[in-house]
Amino acid sequence: MSTAGTDTAQAVEVRELTKVFKGARGVRHQAVADVSFDVPVGGSLGIVGESGSGKTTIARMLVGLERPTSGRIAVLGRDRSRPARRGVERGARARELQIVFQDPYTSLDPRQSARAAVAEVLRHHGGLTAEQRAKRLDELVDQVGLTERQALARPRDLSGGQRQRVAIARALAARPRVLVLDEAVSALDVSIQAQILNLLADIRAETGLTYLLISHDLAVVRQLCDTVLVLRGGRVVEQGDCARVLDAPAEEYTRALREAVPVPGWTVGV
Amino acid sequence: MSGPLLELSGLTVDIATEDGAPRTLLDGIDLTLARGEALGLVGESGSGKSMTVRAITRLLPAAARASGTIRFEGADVGAMDGSALRAYRDGGVGLVFQDPRAHINPTRRIGAFLIEALVRNRKVPRREALARAAAVLAEVGIDDPARRLRQYPHEISGGMLQRVMIASVLLAEPRLILADEPTTALDVTIQQEVVAILDRLRRERGMGMVFITHDLDLALAVCGRVAVMYAGRIVELRSADTLHERAAHPYTAGLLGSRPAIDRRAERLAAIPGRPVSAFESGQGCAFAPRCAHARPACEQRPPELTEFDGGLVRCARVTEIRPARPSKEASV
Amino acid sequence: MREKLRTTTGRLGLAGTASAVFLLVVLLIALAAPLLAPADPNRQSLLDAYTGPSAAHLLGADGIGRDILSRLMFGARTSLLGPALVVGVSLLVGIPLALLASWYGGWVDAVVARVFDLIYALPGLLLAVLTVALFGPGLTPAVAALSIAYVPFLARIVRAAARQQRVSPYVDALSVQGFGVLRISVGHVLRNIAPTVVGQAAIAFGYALLDLASLSYLGLAVQAPTPDWGVMVSDTDALLKGYWLPVIAPGVLIVLTVLALTVLGARISGEKPPRYLRRAKRTGDRRVPNTAPVGTPNQKETTVGAVG
Repeated sequence: MSTAGTDTAQAVEVRELTKVFKGARGVRHQAVADVSFDVPVGGSLGIVGESGSGKTTIARMLVGLERPTSGRIAVLGRDRSRPARRGVERGARARELQIVFQDPYTSLDPRQSARAAVAEVLRHHGGLTAEQRAKRLDELVDQVGLTERQALARPRDLSGGQRQRVAIARALAARPRVLVLDEAVSALDVSIQAQILNLLADIRAETGLTYLLISHDLAVVRQLCDTVLVLRGGRVVEQGDCARVLDAPAEEYTRALREAVPVPGWTVGV
Repeated sequence: MSGPLLELSGLTVDIATEDGAPRTLLDGIDLTLARGEALGLVGESGSGKSMTVRAITRLLPAAARASGTIRFEGADVGAMDGSALRAYRDGGVGLVFQDPRAHINPTRRIGAFLIEALVRNRKVPRREALARAAAVLAEVGIDDPARRLRQYPHEISGGMLQRVMIASVLLAEPRLILADEPTTALDVTIQQEVVAILDRLRRERGMGMVFITHDLDLALAVCGRVAVMYAGRIVELRSADTLHERAAHPYTAGLLGSRPAIDRRAERLAAIPGRPVSAFESGQGCAFAPRCAHARPACEQRPPELTEFDGGLVRCARVTEIRPARPSKEASV
Repeated sequence: MREKLRTTTGRLGLAGTASAVFLLVVLLIALAAPLLAPADPNRQSLLDAYTGPSAAHLLGADGIGRDILSRLMFGARTSLLGPALVVGVSLLVGIPLALLASWYGGWVDAVVARVFDLIYALPGLLLAVLTVALFGPGLTPAVAALSIAYVPFLARIVRAAARQQRVSPYVDALSVQGFGVLRISVGHVLRNIAPTVVGQAAIAFGYALLDLASLSYLGLAVQAPTPDWGVMVSDTDALLKGYWLPVIAPGVLIVLTVLALTVLGARISGEKPPRYLRRAKRTGDRRVPNTAPVGTPNQKETTVGAVG
């Protein structure tokens, strides 16, 4: 195990991450147990699991929306196991890692157009003149494939796919190095899902962004990720190269998961 | 009795809007379902697949108006009066919804939920109704049914609750099951189990089933025939075993190409540009034309008819010219 | 501009628009009372005592010959100023507390909620009567007491609405972008719940007006001879002598104003369209098709989804 700050080859480094939720009447629920993984810079890791596997809790801990019970998280060599104390630190973390959520209906402020939302983020992170900001805005709108009219429309006038493009533009605004995609294509129509998956592949090819894709959909993970980690009940079942794990699963659970996916020729009956 | 179990002809649904102009959601659906047959309805947002189910059960929103005819075992569903409609809904069709939690009263025990219709509508004694409920729970693969009957919905998982929902449908012994995205909210391993249960029971009891889903591959696995819907119309109808090889409508081919495969990574997914529309958003001609790579100006002028092609029905004016060679994933990569 | 006005009236409906116009007129008259009033509201003219409507006194004169119309016009000022102060102070105290509680949740929320419950348990009028007993009658103690009493009334609504926003992924997204509590709460959450807050404030304004009028009627808030609707209603002497206009006229104004505020408040808070006309959630493709062409900037408010 390497210490923070020395090993910059890893975009994301997670060690023995654990999260215990305390419920009513002191009931403890271990959502994530002893999870460790690395994502190299420019790499793409898929975290798959069914409901209750803890995959979303991991995503929320990575972005600082939940506090780990124990374990260590480092992004680009900088430790973020504890909440940011100051605004400066929050800003710095925001510029390292961003997230796109599942539901494009609730992940945008209903009163803000795409341009307004992205502009707000650009202003917040500073460092750009008004002119540079305007240029960056055009660049982002173009990059995610929104038309100028769509970029000026409020979320309610956009379709799910268009909203997800807005969410991606907002996440990319401050040029993060790592993007967490929390079921980011799950709520979309099949034909739209393909567009967004292509878009995400293009963005990665252009920018060398590191992806961490949280998904229940093995085919989506196959399409977008180099490595995969299979979670069950908060624990790692299996991890490794995506093709290897999905084509020749070493674990029974991974095999069951894979065989449950309807594919051409799949027949009903266990 | 002979003849089809369910027959839809020219089923059209319009919904009134605040500004007064009616919007078309379903536009001339023709379908027949034989006894014991499983038919898949596949489509994206606005395709009208859920609206079709609502129309079949006459559960349309108040602002909606249906025309065309729906015949169940030869009887005109649209003309049914109160008691006939109750009998039809009680014992004729059974509905399985996507989200069982929203359709099962959370404050009542599973047992009370299951026997309500039997006791109230069919005057089955309570004790016997409970025994039947326990038997059906066992049939849908639930262990220790006696204990489950005393539990509340929040005490059991979503997958288990969906089985309870299926059990409740089975108790009424319907001839037709309408399953509206019954597994969309479930994990894949649970989906596999629930789908297997539905399939087995359907075969054992000779029930017809209309299975609605956005997952084409799932529909192909569960159903004998599959109707692909777009913008409130059927664009292709074909037997499930040949659809992968013979998909002829550009939209069907597009759907197949859009879905990533589990066993290989496509260089690029053959995505369909644009977004799915509803019937009222489409123009005069073919609703898919604005997204179609094969569209010609003529496509936007006149709506194509559903015509026979290569052993199935296809709604595309240019199908004979374009006929995708092999619209499977290999071809699209 | 005209377009905007039309969509606004469309949203408020007939009753809401009528209420808004009525309130606007009352407000303008209150503001311009010195210019509009035909007479000095406190000028007595015993010769005119209890005269009915005439050219000199359009609504007649009261028991010591003061012009009723003028007293109504000036009375609008104190009658509206009091509730405005009550609502203003309550919001100023309540909104920050509510936002804090909804943001941090946990024990912060629990403490704030209990404090609200505690204040809620005390009837506002009782609190006001106690305050007046301690500090003597007058508008200031009455307003101060009611302001405290009204905090939970407004803050509970703000807290519930803000709580709903707080768990929205868009708030999470902003938080991941490094925005602070203040920025998100004020710049986003508060802006999004503004219609609810304004609507509730209007309703509270009506109640406060009624409460202050009651206190004035009892002689505990505004003191005669200051013109005030509540004080005017308390003119029992007139009623005993069979003259109803000096009492009924302010009474009707109070009722109409409170009614207008309640209707307008409910409209602004927004009775929502039926659920199936709004967006469908959940995974898969149950998305409601969006019906408005994208980006036609003037028709944002008119979009209605249909069933998918």
